[in-house]
Amino acid sequence: MEVARIVELLKERFGEALVEEHLEVVDPWIEVRREALVEICRFLRDDPRLEFNQLMCLSGVHVKDDLLWSVCHVFSYTHRHRLGLKVVLGTGDNHCPTLTGIWPAADWHERESYDLVGIVYDGHPDPRRILCPEDWVGHPLRKDYVTPSTYNGMPLD
Amino acid sequence: METSELFHLGSRVPDLGPDGERMTLNMGPQHPSTHGVLRLELEMDGEEVARITPQMGYLHRCFEKYAEQLTPPQIFPYTDRMDYLASMNNNFGFAVTVERLMGLEIPEKVEYLRVIVAELNRIASHQVAIGTFGLDLGALTPYFYCFRDRETILDFFEEICGARLLYNYIWVGGLSHDFPEGLDEKILEFCDYLNRRIDTELNPLLSFNKIFIERSANIGVITPEQAYAWGCSGPTLRGSGVDFDLRRDDPYSIYDRFDWNICVGEGTMGTVGDVWDRYWVKVLEMKESIKIIRQAIQQRPREGDVREAVPARVKMPPGEIYCRTETPRGELGYYLVSDGGPKPLRLKVRAPAFCNLCIIDEISRGTLIGDVVAILGSLDIVLGEIDR
Repeated sequence: MEVARIVELLKERFGEALVEEHLEVVDPWIEVRREALVEICRFLRDDPRLEFNQLMCLSGVHVKDDLLWSVCHVFSYTHRHRLGLKVVLGTGDNHCPTLTGIWPAADWHERESYDLVGIVYDGHPDPRRILCPEDWVGHPLRKDYVTPSTYNGMPLD
Repeated sequence: METSELFHLGSRVPDLGPDGERMTLNMGPQHPSTHGVLRLELEMDGEEVARITPQMGYLHRCFEKYAEQLTPPQIFPYTDRMDYLASMNNNFGFAVTVERLMGLEIPEKVEYLRVIVAELNRIASHQVAIGTFGLDLGALTPYFYCFRDRETILDFFEEICGARLLYNYIWVGGLSHDFPEGLDEKILEFCDYLNRRIDTELNPLLSFNKIFIERSANIGVITPEQAYAWGCSGPTLRGSGVDFDLRRDDPYSIYDRFDWNICVGEGTMGTVGDVWDRYWVKVLEMKESIKIIRQAIQQRPREGDVREAVPARVKMPPGEIYCRTETPRGELGYYLVSDGGPKPLRLKVRAPAFCNLCIIDEISRGTLIGDVVAILGSLDIVLGEIDR
């Protein structure tokens, strides 16, 4: 199905929850409201016209200042179409609902996004760091991150 | 640091079984079957595995952090170091990502040479996967045969670009070197040789070996639905009988010009999607790669400069792209966000082994420790790209 048609279906169903759409770019994506994210994803997965059964990737991005994105890219093996979904968050307001209930694949991606970018996924079944040690301080992919000079007394230079 | 109450520090407290007795057993970080520095926390209920919690990050080298401070040509050497068994494929994926974002046209000759090295690297990577997998299950000899043949491919790469493992060969818009004189013939000769060796050595010795089949059939079965849900890709997905390959289904480069087949698991030795199927898909894929290489060498243009389209400065327009390519381990995705500057604003890597590994808990419950070794081997992980 064409991306434009997918977005139309979403608009019919969720209306206001779709904030922005960028369909004329290299890789089309839409911005959705955080509150509606889980319901939109469930619809994307379960609707027989869409059947997005694979979560390809989920990434956290610290864009600048206090702007954070949680972006997921989904794909349908059945219909061979894809879509990017973006949720805009802030550094002071960094909570996002988890997608592990829709696609289990989100589990480790969300842990990574928490670990490196510091986005908290509410409802995640195993909310721990994944790549950095458990007692690491801070989130390295924040633009204002300052690399510590020591870790547990060991110099890092 | 911002921490919510949910994101507490420290490991999970293990659930106790009905009789309150479970033993935690660490497999790794120094364990021959984990193929690198991975620790599997096994919760054992008697002889059976009740839960597996993989602990990784031992090899975390902050690739994504570095990428934000480098220009794309400088990032290529770092992509080599993710999946170090298939560096060509990593280079290839990143080059395609940047070129798509920039809308760059690639000369015909470059495309062909890229396909040839990528497929050679796929064979080399599968040789390691198959060899070490046999080793995990106690078959020593095939390991030596596989490494002997992989050596020839590394020799080719050395001839092409001087490096044997980390190539930095594929650049944005081109390649670092042209093929030397006479290499095509050597590769074609090797293709014939390898095809023969697979049939006469590998298959009788390992694939259809009774002990090997007993250890690998009907174990670690992944259904197609599980594979979709957990984001499995590559041979792990195709082993479950799903006819899907990015080279055909989300085409990039010039893969649509070749005649080859996608190999899927058929449950020949047991159930569709078991460990043996995932192994067998890799064996068949080597033969398909040989087909592609033969055609590419036959069709490829001889004339032309491989650096002709390499831009003096890589200027990425503002925008974002998620681009995926098929590496030996599956779907390698790069999510690249650019603000128009010389360096990426964000580069996230969706590593195929990272996603394939996260299914291990689901498919290992109720199996024995020996089976966990087989399952882990069949998932074909490379810790370099899991930890990045």
